[in-house]
Amino acid sequence: MKTLQLAWVELKLFLREPLTVVFSLALPLIILFVLGGVFGNEPSGPGEELIYRGVGPMSYYVPAYLALVVASVSVISIPTHLAGNRERGVLKRFHASSIGAWEVAAAELAVAFVLSLASGILLLIAANLVYDFQPADSMLAVFGVFAVLVVGFASFGIFLGAVLPTARAAQAVGMLVWFVMLFLGGAGPPPEVLTDVMRQVADFTPLWHAVLITQEAWLGLDAGLSWLVFGAITIVSAVLALRFFRWE
Amino acid sequence: MTLVVEAQHLQKRYGDFVAVEDVSFSVAEGEIFGILGPNGAGKTTTVECLQGLRKSDGGELAVLGLDPRSESEELRRQIGSQLQESALPDRLKVWEAIKLFSSRNPGGPPWEHVLEQWNLAEKRDASFGSLSGGQQQRLFVALAVANAPKLVFLDEMTTGLDPMSRRVTWDLIRQIREMGTTVVLVTHFMDEAENLCDRIAVIDHKRVVAIDTVDGLIEAHAGDARVTFSTDLPDLSFLEALEEVAGLDRNGRRVTVTGHGALLARVAVALDSHGETPVDMDVKRASLEDVFLNITGGNVT
Ligand SMILES: Nc1ncnc2c1ncn2[C@@H]1O[C@H](COP(=O)(O)OP(=O)(O)O)[C@@H](O)[C@H]1O
Ligand SMILES: [Mg+2]
Repeated sequence: MKTLQLAWVELKLFLREPLTVVFSLALPLIILFVLGGVFGNEPSGPGEELIYRGVGPMSYYVPAYLALVVASVSVISIPTHLAGNRERGVLKRFHASSIGAWEVAAAELAVAFVLSLASGILLLIAANLVYDFQPADSMLAVFGVFAVLVVGFASFGIFLGAVLPTARAAQAVGMLVWFVMLFLGGAGPPPEVLTDVMRQVADFTPLWHAVLITQEAWLGLDAGLSWLVFGAITIVSAVLALRFFRWE
Repeated sequence: MTLVVEAQHLQKRYGDFVAVEDVSFSVAEGEIFGILGPNGAGKTTTVECLQGLRKSDGGELAVLGLDPRSESEELRRQIGSQLQESALPDRLKVWEAIKLFSSRNPGGPPWEHVLEQWNLAEKRDASFGSLSGGQQQRLFVALAVANAPKLVFLDEMTTGLDPMSRRVTWDLIRQIREMGTTVVLVTHFMDEAENLCDRIAVIDHKRVVAIDTVDGLIEAHAGDARVTFSTDLPDLSFLEALEEVAGLDRNGRRVTVTGHGALLARVAVALDSHGETPVDMDVKRASLEDVFLNITGGNVT
């Protein structure tokens, strides 16, 4: 109950930052329309080089963007918000009033979930209106994966917010991580066109594994070890976040 | 007399840097206890150790019978605090802040009551960032007592406030005490300590250099009062002969007499008996400021 109260307050605060809200909601849409406009939705034909894992670009991108939406909220907004609160003494104020680190983390998780969900639904509606793409095998399974992604990326975001000292640093690092993930993590250029080195780097980004497990639920394509890797990233982030959490 | 705070030989280092060397004092239930000292003396570090926000490196501490090192969670639930460097999110509304903080202690008053009690009802929907400095301090006071604590720590409440808001904040602090709550007040302002505190610990260079009531401190460390007046009398040796007079300084018509006890009355009577009744006679009793200058050797900032 007390935990929910902080979460509710944090959510309201987030919605009062119009720029952040617009950014979180609009970014995936912009990318959807730009890349959709460029690539259309024709699968690579027989004899052509295999691209987009053999499905149409939009069928590939829609589940990938769902993963990207979650990553955007958690990797850009959460670290900046947390580090900013530490820098301004808000966290110390909370601490002095016996609010626990768990509560702060749970509040961020709740905010990440609500925002990701809103952003994800908006993305699906927009994609449905404009593009033809393969429907999800099971929307329920996709939602389940989505919830797992929120937990994983939020832990990663809280970890970044816990170790980065200032809001500026958090914003810079968050953006950098986000761009690297966008370009290499499967939600930007199709993975088949990346060089070997790029793909090796991609293996270390949470987004690449998030894209694979979302596509598994959506398109029925095999995700290999990605469940395992994403689970490991989640647990390590969560443990490090609580271990290195600083109130000031 | 119940002691709510007991600190013995508190020591705190940041890395190799010693911020608090040796601080001991105790605070009795119901008093406003002042911690006075120049910037960098170690006041904030001291009270943050007492609140369990930092871990002391040495000494014995007991706050409300709890050990701030090992029972900090429980302790923080029972105390109220206003931190020197802290803020709330700019867009957080007044009522949201009070509701959030008063939910921390199930035994506390309803948050609507806290809002009324501290005169914040008309500001309930204002966001923290839109409040004036004085209003923010009013909110911080309300938040400090929102969980009905027995003890509150207030760190530099009036720094940066205009004189009017300072007075109002002083009244708020007195109001806390009238509720029966013990107050530990950290300040670097002499007048604030003098006006509010029952007892004061003066901290300088990481140590407690004196603890007493305001009057006790003045008595012990700055006994001299100072009487000034103008006169044309050429010979004032009759004043120097008075038992109460310690020194006399003349600058043209202007005379300054220093001394103790009933200095003003004695000097006035003696002047009168020599046919002199100066209209500009003035007395300045020693203040906490003099105490401070005497025991710290200056450097008030
Ligand atoms: N977190 C910290 N890390 C390192 N040094 C600190 C820290 N906080 C305070 N200090 C240093 O400790 C000394 C005492 O600081 P503080 O307790 O804030 O003094 P005061 O409240 O009396 O002004 C100062 O020299 C200050 O620079
Ligand atoms: Mg201080």
